[in-house]
Amino acid sequence: MDSKNHYDAIVIGAGPAGLTAGIYMSRARVRTLILNEGTIGGQMILTHEIANYPGVESTSGYQLSIIMRNQAKKFGCDIKANVLVESINLDGSVKEVILADGTHYTADAVILSPGGRSRTLGVKGEDKLKGKGISYCATCDGDFFTDKEIIVVGGGNSALEEAVSLTKYASKVTIVHQFDHFQAFEFAIEEARNHPKINLIMESTITAFYGDEKLDGVEITDLKTGNTQNHPMDGVFIFIGYVPNTEFLEGKIELNKWKEIIVDGDMKTSIKGVFAAGDSIVKRYRQVTTAVADGTIAALAASQYIHELHQNKQNQNQS
Amino acid sequence: MLYTNLKHIETADAHQKFISENENVMICCGRMGPMCIPVYGIMEELEGQYTNVKFADMEFDSPESHIIRKVPEVKSFMGIPFTMYYKNGNLVKATSSIQSLTQVRTILDSEFKTAE
Repeated sequence: MDSKNHYDAIVIGAGPAGLTAGIYMSRARVRTLILNEGTIGGQMILTHEIANYPGVESTSGYQLSIIMRNQAKKFGCDIKANVLVESINLDGSVKEVILADGTHYTADAVILSPGGRSRTLGVKGEDKLKGKGISYCATCDGDFFTDKEIIVVGGGNSALEEAVSLTKYASKVTIVHQFDHFQAFEFAIEEARNHPKINLIMESTITAFYGDEKLDGVEITDLKTGNTQNHPMDGVFIFIGYVPNTEFLEGKIELNKWKEIIVDGDMKTSIKGVFAAGDSIVKRYRQVTTAVADGTIAALAASQYIHELHQNKQNQNQS
Repeated sequence: MLYTNLKHIETADAHQKFISENENVMICCGRMGPMCIPVYGIMEELEGQYTNVKFADMEFDSPESHIIRKVPEVKSFMGIPFTMYYKNGNLVKATSSIQSLTQVRTILDSEFKTAE
């Protein structure tokens, strides 16, 4: 075991849950490494304004993530961003993580906080036309669709709120939703229903996107009848929730049917010495504040586990 | 002003000078938004690995960015950032919207040279 690459704890994921775990453990002198596949901050950086994070009047997700990263580093936490985890071995008392570049890390405990990502429709033409008429961010790309006709896909708070915000630019916004009712808060539903520029297509979904250089149109399927219809369309914004980034954990740890990590109240997973926190675990509410709370609990529980592990080793050596 | 650790290009003239003085160039033209920040982060990370490539950003809303926003290759783009790859001053590849580390690496490896 290479002592330079051996840590007390490795955290997979540097969103608010992983960074919080890094802050708590490093401050408690638990030698910690955070590995992150993307940019530091996770889904938090997708939020332009965070106005309900206690103790901070208003900030951007990016700024909050920078502060959290700096806090973790200040306490001595090692952070490696934009790395690809090639394989992970969670069995046994020493956990192993191998990166795509061949770097090999080991740890006594692992905290899994890989977060989630925007769900895509996964239909024909979606990949090809991303950024050419298909978008997942209204505040980023809304102004490209000034005086154009667009579709918003989804029925939750994000979909309805973004549909209303996109009416500032678009000439007409059609919400396409798979169910006969919305899952959003009542005020968001009312605002969307009553908006003169918004039209609703319920119990339907987009089954194909058309266009070569840019989006020309969509195929909409009526989920009750199975009938399909092509509609010329300038843009489509997709807000249909998130999926957990847990593909690399399948078969290695207990997941539920939505591929979320199953944990107990101490954020312990089905494997000893492996904890989980943040958007990738089984829970109802996914907020920066809840991720921070999960990360705190996971860090405290992991620190205790590591402490006991070290004490047991010490006792064994003495006897 | 983009608050990244990348080189900032502020004028069209500086853009022309930068691409003409460097063989391999990647410029990300965006805002400080959720689709752009991950791309800047990837570029910052790759800057140390691809020493044969010069990395920079440019503010999408600056009037000077017409040098990127008006080229024919981005006519159909409807999502930021616009990420441009130049070789010997010529545009060889352009992408629209967020890109992953793997997608950026693939372009750098195919258009320029493999990481050293």
